[in-house]
Amino acid sequence: MNNIINQLAAMRAAAEMGGGQKRIDAQHHKGKLTARERIELLLDPGSFEEWDMFVEHRCHDFGMDRQSVPGDGVVTGYGTVNGRVVFVFSQDFTVFGGSLSEAHAEKICKIMDHALKVGAPVIGINDSGGARIQEGVASLGGYADVFQRNVLASGVVPQISLIMGPCAGGAVYSPAMTDFIFMVKDSSYMFVTGPDVVKTVTHEEVTQEELGGAVTHSTISSVADRAFENDVEALAMVRRFINYLPANNRTPPPHRPTPDTGDRLEPSLDTLVPDSPTKPYDMKELILKIVDDTDFFEIQPEHAKNIIVGMARMEGYPVGIVANQPLVLAGCLDIRSSIKAARFVRFCDAFSIPILTFVDVPGFLPGTAQEYGGIIKHGAKLLFAYAEATVPKVTLITRKAYGGAYDVMSSKHLRGDVNIAWPSAEIAVMGPKGAVEIIFRKELDTPERIAELTEEYRVKFANPFIAGRRGFIDDVIMPRQTRKRICRSLAMLRNKQLENPWRKHGNIPL
Amino acid sequence: MFKKILIANRGEIACRVMKTARRMGIRTVAVFSEADRYALHVSLADEAVCIGPPPSSASYLNIDKIVQVCRELSVDAVHPGYGFLSENATFAERLAEAGVAFIGPNVHAIRSMGDKITSKRLAQAAGVNTVPGHADIIPSASEAVVIAREIGYPVMLKATAGGGGKGMRIARNDDECHDGFERASNEARSSFGDERVFIEKFIEEPRHIEIQVLADKQGQTIYLGERECSLQRRHQKVIEEAPSPFLDEQTRAAMGEQAVALARAVSYESAGTVEFIVGPDRQFYFLEMNTRLQVEHPVTEFVTGLDLVELMIRVAYGEPLPLLQADVKLNGWAIEARVYAEDPFRGFLPSVGRLVRYLPPAETAAVRVDTGVFEGGEVSLHYDPMIAKLITHGATREQAIAQMREALNEFYVRGVSHNISFLAALIEHPRFRAGRLSTNMIAEEYPDGFHPSDVIHDDPALLIAVAGAIHRRYMDRAAGISGQLPGYERVVIDQWVIVVNNERHAVDIRPVEGGHDVLYNGQCYEVRSNWQFGQPLFKGTVNGDSVCIQVERRNMHYRLFHWGSQVDIMVLTARAAELLACMPVKTPPDTSKFLLSPMPGLLTQLLVGEGQDVQASQDLAVVEAMKMENVLRAERDGRVEKVLAQVGETLAVDQPILKFE
Repeated sequence: MNNIINQLAAMRAAAEMGGGQKRIDAQHHKGKLTARERIELLLDPGSFEEWDMFVEHRCHDFGMDRQSVPGDGVVTGYGTVNGRVVFVFSQDFTVFGGSLSEAHAEKICKIMDHALKVGAPVIGINDSGGARIQEGVASLGGYADVFQRNVLASGVVPQISLIMGPCAGGAVYSPAMTDFIFMVKDSSYMFVTGPDVVKTVTHEEVTQEELGGAVTHSTISSVADRAFENDVEALAMVRRFINYLPANNRTPPPHRPTPDTGDRLEPSLDTLVPDSPTKPYDMKELILKIVDDTDFFEIQPEHAKNIIVGMARMEGYPVGIVANQPLVLAGCLDIRSSIKAARFVRFCDAFSIPILTFVDVPGFLPGTAQEYGGIIKHGAKLLFAYAEATVPKVTLITRKAYGGAYDVMSSKHLRGDVNIAWPSAEIAVMGPKGAVEIIFRKELDTPERIAELTEEYRVKFANPFIAGRRGFIDDVIMPRQTRKRICRSLAMLRNKQLENPWRKHGNIPL
Repeated sequence: MFKKILIANRGEIACRVMKTARRMGIRTVAVFSEADRYALHVSLADEAVCIGPPPSSASYLNIDKIVQVCRELSVDAVHPGYGFLSENATFAERLAEAGVAFIGPNVHAIRSMGDKITSKRLAQAAGVNTVPGHADIIPSASEAVVIAREIGYPVMLKATAGGGGKGMRIARNDDECHDGFERASNEARSSFGDERVFIEKFIEEPRHIEIQVLADKQGQTIYLGERECSLQRRHQKVIEEAPSPFLDEQTRAAMGEQAVALARAVSYESAGTVEFIVGPDRQFYFLEMNTRLQVEHPVTEFVTGLDLVELMIRVAYGEPLPLLQADVKLNGWAIEARVYAEDPFRGFLPSVGRLVRYLPPAETAAVRVDTGVFEGGEVSLHYDPMIAKLITHGATREQAIAQMREALNEFYVRGVSHNISFLAALIEHPRFRAGRLSTNMIAEEYPDGFHPSDVIHDDPALLIAVAGAIHRRYMDRAAGISGQLPGYERVVIDQWVIVVNNERHAVDIRPVEGGHDVLYNGQCYEVRSNWQFGQPLFKGTVNGDSVCIQVERRNMHYRLFHWGSQVDIMVLTARAAELLACMPVKTPPDTSKFLLSPMPGLLTQLLVGEGQDVQASQDLAVVEAMKMENVLRAERDGRVEKVLAQVGETLAVDQPILKFE
């Protein structure tokens, strides 16, 4: 018995050393933490329970039978973040470069199966050289087993990926199917084919960082949702982010007490929208001034900045915020912003997070680039997502809500629950000038006449009343009262029940 | 008494005049430009009238329009504030024609004092000491050089119609004189519509001390002591105080008497200010007389207990002064700091835009805030970038400074840059503390500009304690989230490590009734506060002493702002702090190869081309913002590789203009 206990201690000690001190030092030297250190910082101190520490690979080819490390390059188990259960796997780059073997994949699948069973989020920490080439197709099978579980878990439990080292080739598709991807600047990269292959095939010279670094993916490709400075920051921020998410699609999002009262007034919002309809303003000011404690967790802050999406709380309850940003491209919808917002709306809807939409949208971005790029189909994603969503939807129109973009942005017609407007709202088919040019095409002989008709149109349509008369908006509110009105609306909607007709699944225009 | 007065001004001074008028039971009329539709002075007034488009020349300087408003609204009198039409004799005349009283001196006084050359002659005649110089208009730059040589360098070139530092240049040699003349005339033309420039001897190590005079229509003229306004940056006053730490009773009386003599010489009535330049030997010379209320009048009000605006109104109505010279008693010390929308860390470039957050300190018997803006308001490109004046009072100079130090901690401005760090550094500066002031002090003490390293917090333990308490609040709150595993809830520990400036400090943070006890370095810091999450000001006490620290929560750190310095502090678990040491230190990208626009503005001149070699301090480009020409100079020798912006282009802050090789 004593012998077994000693043996256990020795095996634990061996497993905890991963690929050995030399490789741990090398990992640190690269500015990266080890798999276990990452878990330590991610979870509440002392809460991690490791599983499958003694799993080893079963490969006998290429001399692999002579080298084996307990755990086989991935640390798995569960623990808590602020007392709430999460399952976690963390790839260990010090063991065979974190490469994925059949056994490695089985460990990941095991915790994913458990997470689904008990309804808890999965956090995957990726730091892997790729497939365990020595294992061949067994390794590929392992990837696919993980992919399949990612898909089955999608919309059932939140899945978050942290990319903290290489993640290349087929391996990228597991994170790609999770809900959020967070990367670390300068030490993580993701691509389907690396710079060497790129050079051979397309003759493009590109560095790893340029091709698939955190900055590339968080600004250009939108693969990553946030990029952080280092491992410590990334893990701290994921802890903060998890606080907004429910454990699964059957339980409501967590409530956290706040001293910030629901009836707080913000007089300065009365002057947020400038007099001139062409002058931009920062929609983030509105967001920060009405959410609890000025605390807003933005998603994809550096990509498609003409739309803002992210998590916040109102009276302690999480909300997802979608807002046009007049500071960038006048806040119009284009391919990138539509995709960004659509995915976020669907996430919120899947996990019972109410959606707050702030609208100041002059329409869809015109141009061949947009049309050839398929703005019709991509814009439809956002429309589809909003129309399909059954969570509480509260919409505020601050200024422009023009044309089809008005319909798209969580309008009353798409089952918006509470749709309110500021006095500066203009809900119309298009801006006054454009409208006049079409309606009065034959009468526009002089600039004076154009100005006169434009003014006439502006007085008639550039206000919230036409929409109000039809019930398309429920009320016109003073900007300073925004937080109060939204908090009340969300409280009223807390027990909202709405179901879409049964179907296998809808067919969102992908 | 007047029934209704119009305030022909904007910003803080308009608001300040209205406060007094309201207290006196007088109705107020505001005038405003289209840019000021939502300005504070408009909402404070009983009536408000738009008088034109944003440029001052079309609105606040539009005499016809203002006189018309006076007629239409049956205004009894006009207070002009300072700047704009306050020293415009034509305006006073036009008001008189319209039967409206001008709350200020008579036209003759305005006219004779408004012209620097006439005023100097009058001063000489009245027995007032004057600076040697050439009192005639100078026709050309070459003529200016000749005259400057006669007087002897250094000389000062000044716009006849100038004021507020605009249109002034110092020249130490012929080249500078030539160049300075051109620039002074240009600025004078664009700012005042009057390009005339004159020259006088430039006094080294000068102090700027001015005497407040007050006169009624019955012929009584008194002085209300002095104000020292030596702390200036490029001739723009920054900090003023009353009394002056430099004057003795004898000099004070001599200056006061000369000031009164000058006022009498022009039959002065209302409030006015006689500015003197004072040398290290306490010799004083007449500089100019301002025939209006000064920006810094509140320091005089604090030490005399008088309301100068009220007295101006009463004098304008014809009442005699309610006090004699012998009744003037100076009580304690007052200091004024001007809060400007400018960035002290970027060469004090003006900043404009929306005041996203604006929380001035609370007013008390010892703290006064004269402000013309509000949260959600706008700092406009069209006008002066001063957002407020902060004035504090104490029995002694030390007390007034201490009050100022605390009040600056409480002043919270976001959305536009502000100079609060700089003000905090100035009042802490040993030279200021010792009262060793001169108008060159700022230039001498901050020769390469103002940098964050000029404000080092001298009590980091205080910041550590407060950051610890704040972090513990966040952690305890996070531990209150719903959905935790029953029986395995999060327990927040007391042991933390605080990282500041890459140094690690172990602390114990214990929640107690009303706050936290933070144990650091063997000492217990009792932090007590009712601060709430997200609030920008952490107000409370540390070991019984009151503190007010500005706090912003970032990803990993808290950014604290206190006593003018900004400090980033991380509060981590011991393990996280240990692992943080493995994290690479990243250096920010190198911007030294670029000439960046330090402010939003218009690129008016590009003085170099691609491939051109430049030398350190050579002029490269001119960016115009807020009617001021800002010359951008080369920081080091190099060659221009690429021109990235074109003349006439509107530049954003940090937009690259040139790339160097």
